[in-house]
Amino acid sequence: MAEVTYLEALRQGLWEEMERDDRVFILGEDVGIYGGAFKVTEGFVKRFGEARVIDTPISEAAIVGAAAGAAHMGMRPVAEMQFIDFISCAYDMLTNYVATARYRAGLPTPLVVRGPCGGYVRGGPFHSQNVEAAFFHTPGLKIVYPATARDAKGLIKASVRDDDPVIYLEHKWLYRRIKEQLPEGEEVLTPIGEARLAREGRDLSIISYGATLWKSLEAAEQLERDDGLAVEVLDLRTLLPLDDAAIMRTVKHTNKVLIVHEDTRTGGLAGEIAARINEQAFEWLDGPIMRVTAHDVPLPYAPTLEDYVLPQTDDIVKAARWLAAY
Amino acid sequence: MASRTAPATQSPPIPAGLSRDQLLEIYRYLRLTRTLEERLTALYRQSKVVGGLFRSLGQEGESVGSAYALDRGRNRDFLSPLIRNLGSMLVMGAEPVQILRQYMAKAESPTRGRELNIHFGDLERGYLGQISHLGDMIPVMAGVALTFKLRAEPRVALVYIGDGGMSTGTFHEGINFAAVQRLPLVLIAEYNCWAYSTPPAKQFATAHLADRVRGYGVPAVTVDGNDVLAVYEATRLAVERARRGKGVHAVEVKTYRRKGHAEHDDQHYVPKEELERWARENDPIDRYSKRLLDSGWAEQADLKDIDERVRAGVDAATDACVDEPAPEPESALPAVYASPATAERLWFRGL
Repeated sequence: MAEVTYLEALRQGLWEEMERDDRVFILGEDVGIYGGAFKVTEGFVKRFGEARVIDTPISEAAIVGAAAGAAHMGMRPVAEMQFIDFISCAYDMLTNYVATARYRAGLPTPLVVRGPCGGYVRGGPFHSQNVEAAFFHTPGLKIVYPATARDAKGLIKASVRDDDPVIYLEHKWLYRRIKEQLPEGEEVLTPIGEARLAREGRDLSIISYGATLWKSLEAAEQLERDDGLAVEVLDLRTLLPLDDAAIMRTVKHTNKVLIVHEDTRTGGLAGEIAARINEQAFEWLDGPIMRVTAHDVPLPYAPTLEDYVLPQTDDIVKAARWLAAY
Repeated sequence: MASRTAPATQSPPIPAGLSRDQLLEIYRYLRLTRTLEERLTALYRQSKVVGGLFRSLGQEGESVGSAYALDRGRNRDFLSPLIRNLGSMLVMGAEPVQILRQYMAKAESPTRGRELNIHFGDLERGYLGQISHLGDMIPVMAGVALTFKLRAEPRVALVYIGDGGMSTGTFHEGINFAAVQRLPLVLIAEYNCWAYSTPPAKQFATAHLADRVRGYGVPAVTVDGNDVLAVYEATRLAVERARRGKGVHAVEVKTYRRKGHAEHDDQHYVPKEELERWARENDPIDRYSKRLLDSGWAEQADLKDIDERVRAGVDAATDACVDEPAPEPESALPAVYASPATAERLWFRGL
């Protein structure tokens, strides 16, 4: 076993897939000799060469489009968005071209678009975004969002091997903050479409993913310590397709649900999760399904502002208390 | 047919290394494109075409001439057509019955009724259908060409863009990426004078599409798009240079869209005399036929024979599919993903 960070786990996963399958290649901005803005691909160009680690112009639509064309021809491209905020420049390519390719024309399009997302890092409006809701609405795409080092590795490897296009969201606040013992010489694969029970409890369920998974776990510990509440925490890991079975299991176990995400509230994933619980497990509920999310504003830069806009551990604690008492 | 060949002493040499059989094959593709579209027009008027009908009248020459310059066959060169490149698709091996089924949204159509008109592809025959978002196929075809380069395969990708489509961001991102990577990609830039109802003067401020492409370091030539052999020759040169690792090349073809954007469009914004002049003086098939006959490369009987066989083929293809069924409604659900295999049927459909 060796202790690795979330970032290193991701890097290992990518490296192993490049070693395993010569159809896998990387393209993106500054991914070559610079090793990527966060050094996810550091050392890759030296090992795998410029043909398989391609520095591109600042052209997200071209990056994703070229990945799609190569995927049709049998390659397994991994496209990096330097910050996931810039994936909006490839929105057309992903939603209109990539997502529909199999359905409309039977075209295999196995590609991964990955990039650093999320706030809590004072990145301001354009280096802090969460983009899952923008793509969640598009049939044909898959979205994964690891919270742990194990899943950072397991999900990148599963994404590269998946026959469908996958958007892999990696949280930059977790990059070097999260460490985990991972086995050496053992294949780490996380199946796409399976949530993970991160903490067991009987009083209340928190459903979350990404950075707020850790804040939810922190809140759960505090609630146990201070209030004697046993809070269950579900880590979704895959956002599209959602693991309905795991969601309904935890609802039926605790009968109260708090959904926590870092993304803004209106049109965020919590709304869809709440709708599914309403349709599939209404009679199991002992209280309203509540949400803790970012406020509906662009993410501001100043620490006082960012901290106010984003959901914090203390917010989750208070919301859970409110719901437990309902 | 050999007996009809005119004595060599009376004929100028055939250009571009083509044989007489190839000249006649080109003629057959031109005639097939027009005949098939005329059949589609008839089916459209009978409401058998489900959606819009897009004609390439007047542009068949540049479609056929450019595609004919590729190496064709299983896993050879590769192209991505626009809506007015039916001729290019046919040259690459698309079958008339597939086109008819697509337009009539039949269950047996290449996309099983999921997509319209010529929006379909065949990876082995070497064509990739466009989507409606113009410009998107430039990065995608750059990715196809990138694969050829990564695998060191001597294959070339060819992609079309129009005088309107060249205004999109994806075009510029894609062509720049391909140029930087020196990919084996050939661009056919179609200057057909109309983007829906918008003329070039409202679309860009240069005289030629080639001028815009050269800014990316891409060698570009401009040719008469209604001269089939000129298009063939220029494309052939571009393709061979691209194949030799010389990077992206562009051929601008000057032509004219003689029908509306689609069949519903009455072209009231087009000067009538301009349309008539192009039809009278500059029809690509008329010009090509005349050149074949005047040069002694073919006789009237050869062309008439081809015309008749094309018509019979289109008749047979129509008869084969016109009464075929529409797709089963629930066939709308599978294959959004490789896995899961099908989308969920919603609860209210089970009530």
